Amino acid sequence: MIANAHPQLLVHDKADNVGVVVVEGLTAGTEMLCVCTEDNSDFRLTAKADIPIGHKVALKDLSAGDTIIKYGEDIGKMVGGAETGGHVHVHNLKTKRW
Amino acid sequence: MAFDFTQETVKAWRRENGRVGVRNHVLILPVDDISNAACEAVANNVKGTMAIPHAYGRLQFGEDLDLHFRTIIGTGANPNVAAVVVIGIEPEWTKIIVDGIAKTGKPVEGFWIEQNGDFETIRKASWKAKEFVHWASELQKEDCALTDLWVSTKCGESDTTTGLSSCPTVGNMYDKLLPHGLYGVFGETSEITGAEHICEKRAANPEAAEKFMKTWKAYQDDVIEQFKTSDLSDSQPTKGNILGGLSTIEEKALGNLEKIGRTSTYIDVLEPAEAPTKGAGLYFMDTSSAAAECVTLMAAAGYVIHTFPTGQGNVVGNPIVPVIKISGNPRTLRTMAEHIDVDVTGVLTREMTIDQAGDALIEMIKRTANGRMTAAEALGHREFSMTKLYRSA
Repeated sequence: MIANAHPQLLVHDKADNVGVVVVEGLTAGTEMLCVCTEDNSDFRLTAKADIPIGHKVALKDLSAGDTIIKYGEDIGKMVGGAETGGHVHVHNLKTKRW
Repeated sequence: MAFDFTQETVKAWRRENGRVGVRNHVLILPVDDISNAACEAVANNVKGTMAIPHAYGRLQFGEDLDLHFRTIIGTGANPNVAAVVVIGIEPEWTKIIVDGIAKTGKPVEGFWIEQNGDFETIRKASWKAKEFVHWASELQKEDCALTDLWVSTKCGESDTTTGLSSCPTVGNMYDKLLPHGLYGVFGETSEITGAEHICEKRAANPEAAEKFMKTWKAYQDDVIEQFKTSDLSDSQPTKGNILGGLSTIEEKALGNLEKIGRTSTYIDVLEPAEAPTKGAGLYFMDTSSAAAECVTLMAAAGYVIHTFPTGQGNVVGNPIVPVIKISGNPRTLRTMAEHIDVDVTGVLTREMTIDQAGDALIEMIKRTANGRMTAAEALGHREFSMTKLYRSA
């Protein structure tokens, strides 16, 4: 990991297909430093939209019906698509419970 | 070598029943809603006392009445309270509250308004309150083990940063202190939905696991299925949660459960406001996920410090229990820092580990026990919200 560099995106678990934006004012086109908190490994990913702090980013291309994994667990299913680096939230992700 | 938390002490009040309190309140406690005015008048007459007005206490019955009594008695019995003046409309239920609090051995006296009126009740209760204040203000703090404290947790205005930073900070604190004799409690039955299978596995014994699943299922069947008008996606996650990036109840539940750490297991499941009876360790309490209701129930069960992770910035406090706010959201620290006691934004920038964040919280628990006022105390947040199970008669 690059010394003193603050990540823009954190991922809980290696199995996750989404990460969380942890900085304010992230804009489309930013090449994000992404860190997986499970083992401190890092990678780069380009944000495809302006995504607010706390909101999720697709780590791979996702389409309707795909299960979203966060914390290594099932948190719901896609009801719309998201490209790698795109925004994942209530507009395209829904619980399987209700 | 791991830090030896058994050697850590705080200066606090050891009460008549051996429990340790970190505040020294003299309460003026109404039995019912219509005694609020008399209680507030007494608290105005006698400085150093605090009235806790509330909305209920008339025409309740059955399990709902039991919970009302348990909450009021538990609030008076809490070790953060030195002495209590109880005021009700009539003598019978007033006596139930007084007798319940008296079991702790602390000074408590009841007054009632019928055949006295507010004036005479306030006059007599004010004399007693003044006597209690003189007595309580001379009680001395003594050295008590840090792990003699009972520390509760519940998070609020959660977002994705709570699951990454402030909730695991509480979990790390529990993993470190529970093995040394601390009492802990977590709850929020509705918010475990989506992670109930994981919570079930975190029981210390099969009885606790079974009791948890029964409690969780009862909530689904008796409350959710009976009263729901939509798929609940509009209230769980809340609008604040969604603004903060949480999309589903499962995602919220998984972040919530980070509060019980990596190694901690719960030994029993408590009714709302029920005091734990199975010794030191972690408990699950059947509570609402609404902040003020949950903290009120945990305070009534005897917990003396509350640890409250927040992402978007919940501002809740409690009249008798200091509520320590922990946040890792840099926007919340930038826009509403006056509400936050422990800043763990370093976890998101990778400049602070969860282990260091846990130590920072333990340090704040010590300082709070030693007398530091929390942000919620300094800002006057005294939310006292009774949980009501069904309509009164």
